[in-house]
Amino acid sequence: MLKEPNPTGIKSGAQIVVDALIEQGVDTVFGYPGGAVLPIYDEIFQQTKIKHVLVRHEQGAVHAAEGYARSTGKPGVVLVTSGPGATNAVTGLTDALMDSIPIVVLTGQVPTFMIGNDAFQEADTVGITRPCTKHNWLVKDTNILANVIHEAFHVAITGRPGPVLVDIPKDVQFAAGKYQKRSKDLRKRYNPQTTPNDKLILKAVKAFENSKKPILYSGGGVVNSGEQASNLIRKLVAESNFPITSTLMGLGCYPASGENWLGMLGMHGTYEANMAMHDCDFMFCIGARFDDRITGKTDEFSPNSVKVHIDIDPSSINKNILVDIGIIGDISVSLDKFLHVWRERGSKSNTKELKNWWQEIQAWKKIDCLKFKNDTKSIKPQYALQILEKLTKTMDRYVTTEVGQHQMWAAQFMGFEEPRRWMTSGGLGTMGYGFPASIGVQIAHPKSLVINVAGEASWLMNMQELGTAVQYNLPVKQFIINNKRLGMVRQWQELLHGGRYSHSWSDALPDFVKLAESYGIKGIKCEKLGELEKAIIEMIEYDGPVIFDCVVEKHENCFPMIPSGKAHNEMILEADQPENKIEESGAVLV
Amino acid sequence: MQKLSLKKGVSRKSAYNLRDPKDDKPERHTLAILVDNESGVLARVIGLFSGRGYNIDSLTVAEVDHLGNRSRITIVTSGTPSVIEQIKAQLSRMIPVHDVHDLTVEGESVERELALFKVFAKGEKRVESLRLADVFRAKVVDSTLVSFTFELTGAPEKIDAFADLMVPLGLREIARTGVAALARG
Ligand SMILES: Cc1ncc(C[n+]2csc(CCOP(=O)(O)OP(=O)(O)O)c2C)c(N)n1
Ligand SMILES: [Mg+2]
Repeated sequence: MLKEPNPTGIKSGAQIVVDALIEQGVDTVFGYPGGAVLPIYDEIFQQTKIKHVLVRHEQGAVHAAEGYARSTGKPGVVLVTSGPGATNAVTGLTDALMDSIPIVVLTGQVPTFMIGNDAFQEADTVGITRPCTKHNWLVKDTNILANVIHEAFHVAITGRPGPVLVDIPKDVQFAAGKYQKRSKDLRKRYNPQTTPNDKLILKAVKAFENSKKPILYSGGGVVNSGEQASNLIRKLVAESNFPITSTLMGLGCYPASGENWLGMLGMHGTYEANMAMHDCDFMFCIGARFDDRITGKTDEFSPNSVKVHIDIDPSSINKNILVDIGIIGDISVSLDKFLHVWRERGSKSNTKELKNWWQEIQAWKKIDCLKFKNDTKSIKPQYALQILEKLTKTMDRYVTTEVGQHQMWAAQFMGFEEPRRWMTSGGLGTMGYGFPASIGVQIAHPKSLVINVAGEASWLMNMQELGTAVQYNLPVKQFIINNKRLGMVRQWQELLHGGRYSHSWSDALPDFVKLAESYGIKGIKCEKLGELEKAIIEMIEYDGPVIFDCVVEKHENCFPMIPSGKAHNEMILEADQPENKIEESGAVLV
Repeated sequence: MQKLSLKKGVSRKSAYNLRDPKDDKPERHTLAILVDNESGVLARVIGLFSGRGYNIDSLTVAEVDHLGNRSRITIVTSGTPSVIEQIKAQLSRMIPVHDVHDLTVEGESVERELALFKVFAKGEKRVESLRLADVFRAKVVDSTLVSFTFELTGAPEKIDAFADLMVPLGLREIARTGVAALARG
């Protein structure tokens, strides 16, 4: 039942919504219908350009859109109804805000003449989502609807990306109005600085050249800036031979197989990365934001270094850590200039000192901070991830995760060669992110292998999305590291709360194989070390969604660990256990 | 000269910055924020302050450019220098915000506030309140047999001083507009 083309330019608001999405190049919308968006759903029904993916919960829609956005670089789009539809989207919006993921959420609203009357399924959506969006709009006039949607896309993807929301009352969807094409005028209102200050670049280059113990510390901003940014980082590292580490969000920008890679830094980062951060005399922070999971105790953070920070968001500079040179700009543009200036000045560095610095780093590497004692019978979670990595690393692979120990182990034991291959909830730490995110990734990359490395507890938080995976026949692999514990909580209770394991496990886990079978998909359970490899191969080779119940050692802790409130050089290593108890004072920090 | 004996790592900045951020004293700053006059814009600005734990000592807002659809929000805030910098950066990145001026650092500025005072007094005190009002150039805008309402415009300090003097004379109610400010020249 396709519609006849309508050349007049006067359309219903609902039609305007769909046309604006098409003009923005949207091919997929994740959504869930309800009374206040029925006119838009009616339009979606009568066209073929946009594919609508019916999720099972609005939170799932937003995380799926995040997975779609992070893995493609295009904004993810969500359509939900008013009231509960909108409030269910709040966690996803907050997640996207924290991790700078561009998504556009369209919500239905009660008719304008009923707003404020506590109408059925009315919620103050723009009020509720104001602090968890980059910007939001309530559209009360059909004539400006198209323009607002175009502006919403512009804001979501321009500058530091983020989530936006457009709230559309039902009468505005029904009313007729003029369709406005996307215009360049949008830049007038929102046009953040992308070109860095030349003088600051020169200052940064000089500090770079003078350094004796340098480190590059990159973050999610490099992913967001585009492929070019990753290429430039690779060039900079190759030409300078400087060591590089990255935040959880930036994994893949520099390849894990690269010679100068120190592994991830931060609370569960590698010993060498954190020690190098602490002892360096020059730190080049590229598109990261000195998050507390990275800095540890700020007073003792990298006390002897000159710090250069490039970020597109001026509010990120000097927020947590005061830096010596703060450069506002897009990472690609800034790095391009930086490289240019540095090369022009002769690509200088202190080769001899750099060699000594690498020797120090090699000594730290020898500690082998990720080593763990393998068991003869039970599966260690680290081992499971090592095997998963071994069997899939050369494949066209995307990995999402939930939140907890398994997430950190995945970051430690899986290597990423390119950006956009690793999707995880970093800033908000949202349990339940990974499964719907894997769905969004698979929709965008139907032929690729998409694995969600999950904890059993996190996975249960959005397990309803099984329905979505099955309905669209998405062959997502749910690799559940099942320790039958809220492992990360249990670890903190062991280390910080005297082993009082208050509510950190579930006494009622489902039989994951039967659960899979109830949806008509494949379930695999593996408890024995010797059978793991075969079982993982079976999962990979199966053409369809799989729930893999990987039953692992329950009480394994994730190391290295910088306890909250400690400095980088106060890391706990596996070998230090159990003497290394954390002081009570650390317990008040999150 | 005495040698600086600084503990390593006392500074959040770097080896090159010897300032201890914990020593930073709160400062009072007057910010002028030019925004699109659209619904919710004030809620956005206030939400930023409450959400991030910044102070608002005074706030005024009104449309200043009808054709351009612009409003001017004047906020008096206090915080350490780094907090003030954060406030300005956070405000600047909001979509409807066009300009953020820190009048406290951008040269001299004039600040004015309007206040209404209701004073209940009899006999000597009633006369004294009138006399003081005259000294402050406050206007009587309403009077009854037992009360006066004064209108006073001036810098916030002047309003404070007048209020202090009126308290013992029978000040019952006070309404202040908050600060409006412009850079000089
Ligand atoms: C929505 C939400 N609620 C609570 C938490 C706090 N939290 C962090 S990790 C964790 C345990 C996760 O357990 P599981 O998914 O099994 O992962 P594991 O640590 O065992 O690998 C909890 C409860 C959170 N991050 N997100
Ligand atoms: Mg678990």
